[in-house]
Amino acid sequence: MAILKVNNLSKSFGNVKAVQGVNFEAAEGEVLSLLGPSGCGKTTTLRCIAGFENPDVGEIHLDNRKITTIPPEKRGIGMVFQNYALWPHMTVYGNLAFGLQIRKVPKDEITKKIKKVLGMVQLEGYENRYPRQMSGGQQQRIAMARALVFEPEIMLLDEPLSNLDAQLREEMRFEFTELQRKLGITAIYVTHDQAEALVISDKIVILDQGKIVQSGSPKEIYSSPKNKFVAGFIAVTSFIDGRIDSFTEEKKKVIVKTDDGLVIHGFNNSFDIGKKVSVAMRMNVIKFIQDENKSDKNTVNIFKGKIIQSSYLGNIIDYKIKVGNWEVRTKSDAKYNFKVGEEVTFYLSPEDIIVTREE
Amino acid sequence: MQKSVFRKTIEIIIFTVFIFFLFAPLLSLVIWSVALRWYWPHTLPQEIGFDYWLQALGITKSLTLGAVNVVPAFLLSLGIAIIVVIITMAIAIPAGYSLAKLKIPALLKGIILILFLLPRAFPQLPVFLNLMLMFNKIGLTGTVFGVILVHLVVGLVFAVWITASTFSSIPPELEEAARSVGATRLKAFFKVTLPISTPGLVASAVFVFLTSMDEFTGTFFVGLPFVTTLPMTLYTASGSNIQFASVIAILLLIPSILFMIVIQKFLKAEHLGGMGG
Repeated sequence: MAILKVNNLSKSFGNVKAVQGVNFEAAEGEVLSLLGPSGCGKTTTLRCIAGFENPDVGEIHLDNRKITTIPPEKRGIGMVFQNYALWPHMTVYGNLAFGLQIRKVPKDEITKKIKKVLGMVQLEGYENRYPRQMSGGQQQRIAMARALVFEPEIMLLDEPLSNLDAQLREEMRFEFTELQRKLGITAIYVTHDQAEALVISDKIVILDQGKIVQSGSPKEIYSSPKNKFVAGFIAVTSFIDGRIDSFTEEKKKVIVKTDDGLVIHGFNNSFDIGKKVSVAMRMNVIKFIQDENKSDKNTVNIFKGKIIQSSYLGNIIDYKIKVGNWEVRTKSDAKYNFKVGEEVTFYLSPEDIIVTREE
Repeated sequence: MQKSVFRKTIEIIIFTVFIFFLFAPLLSLVIWSVALRWYWPHTLPQEIGFDYWLQALGITKSLTLGAVNVVPAFLLSLGIAIIVVIITMAIAIPAGYSLAKLKIPALLKGIILILFLLPRAFPQLPVFLNLMLMFNKIGLTGTVFGVILVHLVVGLVFAVWITASTFSSIPPELEEAARSVGATRLKAFFKVTLPISTPGLVASAVFVFLTSMDEFTGTFFVGLPFVTTLPMTLYTASGSNIQFASVIAILLLIPSILFMIVIQKFLKAEHLGGMGG
């Protein structure tokens, strides 16, 4: 098991700067996710690590070995491809044995190893199947098994679950995590799915336009996204832009004023007064207040708005509310049954509000 | 029950019509090849026999029949075709692979493909006439080698285009996956890309083979009078002797039919197997 270090990696295709000065380190046995929208450079970064692309600048180290210019077959890195890339003319046995045969592993040992790895991915007895005789999920597991069977030091996964249906995808996330923990293998995992990244990762690196925007533990990224882009990527659905107006006495809360006169209290004291910021809200922040006369201990962050869209989703309703010049979205309990056009009053708990950089 | 009988009838009719259009012209060849006497207005020959066949195959040697032994021509055609296939594929496989898989600038790739297409882009007669004049100077006319060169020009066009498109239809991840488990580029090619491309390569080889067996114009200019391939004998016979020409035509068909059977074997679904996802 190994430590992977990527230093100042850059790669351009013609005029397109796919990756620009990317740095990160995956510790031993860690799952590091490269997360970002399509075209952000995450796959190019992974392909540089695998050896399928030569970086223009930068170095890649596996433990103390510099692998930047080593051909892919000499890197000893297992890789799982988005489309599985199983060899259609070989059985499962053939697919799994290939890497071992190249390493001149004796035949009976190959059979033993394949049996073991098939057990790990819960496909015992599938040796003689052809890839086309298996479901997408099974093919995915075989692809995983093929990347693991020759016991690589590190494993790369390029959106391995994106071709599966939603339910299977969630199941496979847990299976992957379990398998990875058991083997203690270092894994670099490329995905555009934030939920997937949050579940499986020890560390998340968020990329946009070839550059790292933020990296950290899932918790750090989820609770304090560095800017609007990261917040938008990590389940934030509504933004209200404004400026830092002042701080509360305890200096804990920050007060944000918008151009159209909304005053919002939130947590985050790392900004200077006057700085342009964005107030980011997830689907669950808004709490409706039905009886306004009922005295409430909250005196701040109470807003009036108008329902402009409502989607019924069974036990919950997805509302879009117009507040001042802004639109915010929330999911609420179906017991609040507002109609489109209805005026509503709601409260935003300062603890649930993320104040982040606007750009 | 009624319906299925009706359906069956329709199917049989369609099948019969299909067979008729496919085989009727061939049947006429077969009948002509055994017709010794066949005058208007008779629907079928008045006298049949294998005289022309025996003569063409060199079993009898009659001077009155107007047919010669075509076995040497047949063997020559077959030999040339096999050599042409081997050389063409030896060139087309690396060329097609490079065009499909290596990072060649699009413009250069276009130019190379056009260059391969160029000999077919002009009317064949002037091209081969000019070729004959050039070959004359270097003493290649009338030699088997010259004819092979001409067939290569014709065969490479198809072969390079078909192999290039076969290789480019294979997802690059398959080869990358092979390299990630430890295979060198060469090993990845031989163990993964080549077996998966077999159907396309076989189709390409068959095409080249049949083109060579059939090739007329180039051989006519470059090969005659010393290199007489089967189509040359057919040309000589077709003016005067329909029976003899029919025998040669059928002989020319045999390799095609044999190859179709070979293709059948290679185009089985498992060789074309899906990639999943």
